[in-house]
Amino acid sequence: MSQEAELQKPPRVDVVAALKSALLAALLAFGLFALLVGVRTDQGPTGALVISQRFEDVAWLVAVVFAGSFLRALTFGDRPLDLARYLPAGVKAAGERLDRFGGFALLGFALAVPIIFYHNRYILDLGILVLTYVMLGWGLNIVVGLAGLLDLGYVAFYAVGAYAYALLAQNFGFSFWIGLPLAGIMAAFWGVLLGFPVLRLRGDYLAIVTLAFGEMIRLVLLNWQSFTGGPNGISGIPRPSFFGLPFIEGEGGFAEAFGLEFTPTHRIVFLFYLILALALVTNWVTIRLRRLPIGRAWEALREDEIACRSLGINTTNTKLTAFAMGAMFGGFAGAFFATRQGFISPESFVFMESALILAIVVLGGMGSQLGVAVAALVMIGGFELFREFQQYRMLVFGTAMVAIMIWRPRGLVGTRAPSVYLTERKAISSSLTREGRG
Amino acid sequence: MSTPILEIEHLAMRFGGLLAVQDLSFAARRGEITALIGPNGAGKTTVFNCITGFYKPTAGMIRLIGDHKTMLLERLPDFRIAKLAKVARTFQNIRLFPGMSLLENLLVAQHNPLMLASGFTFFGLIGLRGFTAAEQAAIEKARYWLDRIGLLARADDPAGDLPYGAQRRLEIVRAMCTEPVLLCLDEPAAGLNARESAELDELLLFIRREHATSILLIEHDMAVVMKICDHIVVLDYGVKISEGTPAYVRNDPKVVAAYLGVEEDEVEEAEAQVGL
Repeated sequence: MSQEAELQKPPRVDVVAALKSALLAALLAFGLFALLVGVRTDQGPTGALVISQRFEDVAWLVAVVFAGSFLRALTFGDRPLDLARYLPAGVKAAGERLDRFGGFALLGFALAVPIIFYHNRYILDLGILVLTYVMLGWGLNIVVGLAGLLDLGYVAFYAVGAYAYALLAQNFGFSFWIGLPLAGIMAAFWGVLLGFPVLRLRGDYLAIVTLAFGEMIRLVLLNWQSFTGGPNGISGIPRPSFFGLPFIEGEGGFAEAFGLEFTPTHRIVFLFYLILALALVTNWVTIRLRRLPIGRAWEALREDEIACRSLGINTTNTKLTAFAMGAMFGGFAGAFFATRQGFISPESFVFMESALILAIVVLGGMGSQLGVAVAALVMIGGFELFREFQQYRMLVFGTAMVAIMIWRPRGLVGTRAPSVYLTERKAISSSLTREGRG
Repeated sequence: MSTPILEIEHLAMRFGGLLAVQDLSFAARRGEITALIGPNGAGKTTVFNCITGFYKPTAGMIRLIGDHKTMLLERLPDFRIAKLAKVARTFQNIRLFPGMSLLENLLVAQHNPLMLASGFTFFGLIGLRGFTAAEQAAIEKARYWLDRIGLLARADDPAGDLPYGAQRRLEIVRAMCTEPVLLCLDEPAAGLNARESAELDELLLFIRREHATSILLIEHDMAVVMKICDHIVVLDYGVKISEGTPAYVRNDPKVVAAYLGVEEDEVEEAEAQVGL
């Protein structure tokens, strides 16, 4: 309660201290911007490089930092920046309502997207992309959010799934519906294979090894030319059919069978609903697993591994199943990616992808299904939204992420729903849950 | 006198140059509360970690005599000791799952039977009725223990929100949910006030009375030790210096010396004997 009182107390106005901290921030800003912004090389009229100076811009930037920092110190003192306190009550209530009905609203919206935007190919493609990342986020959420194992190489399983389907289709002529489960099994197998050596590692060490594993897979795909096609990738991957009806013009195609006029949009809409279904399966399985002993053991593992062992839980198997489940859904997503693109190459499976998926999980609130979905929408959709900012796109994006993490340090959904309850389901604040140390 | 449940013979544990426990032999008897006491650094927690498999002892034998079979604990990995030998433990610094509700904490403790009932997840995933019944039974057991420690009303609150004394009790009943034959408690009364300490005594006596669980505990609170324990083993510098009933141990001069030190003239006497 004393903490509450501390927050209610009007902060002491200490102008000297505020000036000091503002000066320090301004100095730091000057150090950063003096060369970064102040000096610029341009191509002169003769083609030689010409140095131009922009110290006026530096002065402006430093002044802005100084003023901002001074105001912050004046209003907040040395307490952490608690912006949530300044939100009107209505917004907060809306946030809570979002927690309750947001999932259904989002699902309804997702179902309606192909109908609303039927003629907008761009939106449909973006929707498919967002849903792929929702699925990847949900898959990684099992490993990172529930079991608390920091995996920086998740994209490896995405790649294994994609290549497994592509190679099976190319070499043995497997259709998508046979290739999909095989790709998932293959990825799960690799998840277990990665799991074995890294089981004894924890925290930062685990992160480094998984990062290396991701790179290994990519480099093998890049260099094993005779098998994977190397940097040229694999092309001509068969497209999915509608239960045997291919999306082609004329005889035997989907459009003809249903008496519709052929348009390529049919396939796009089908792909949209396909990835939506795959993502929902991931979600359903995760929700069910959380309520089963294995899911509770994952979360207990995240909370305290030693206590788990003292209760007779085989932590080795528990970690392996988490790795395998997460990898399997990554593999499914990979197979979908391959069939959608029709072409894959190692370029699609770089570390940046792993980082992006991990950012989605962390931003969404570790372990929260709805949070991850919203975060994927914000991250992937937002990235597209900022396209018009061109070179400032990354800057705006980074700033937005920093702002969100200050505002909600434990992710968009900062609570954990208990998996079982006796009388009443009470949300558990994330300040009590642990992130896990691998 | 009842039969022993745990027999430790010539146990030794070495950490590099430090011999934390040497040539320790004692037995804990079935249905009794046995206490392991001694000054700080005497090696009590090391003995516990050897029994529960968190350390592999350098030498010696730890024999658990169960109802049907005898097991050598020094050969089992830690989680198997809890799963097969049915030895549960608590920790000196409480190790609950703070972000999970009280009920969830107690269900995690019943992981192995529930895992079996869920057909290693496959049957549970498709929702077979057998699993639902097993889960209901597990919840009932959790309800029984929560009621016993007076925390039933807080079953859906996170464990990290509980006051310290309640967390201690919750950790003990979480260990009890694994249905142990031997319960090892590492300083259960540490940091408790007089009332909480009395509640703890009552809980331990209840466990001994109503459940087929023997208790081995490490304790510094002599009031608790003298009141509820049947048998006491005293360690100092990794060596057993005394063993017996509370009344005997209390009056053993070696125990008094280990705890309170000895008089000045006795030191001089001893020094004279070794020629200093």
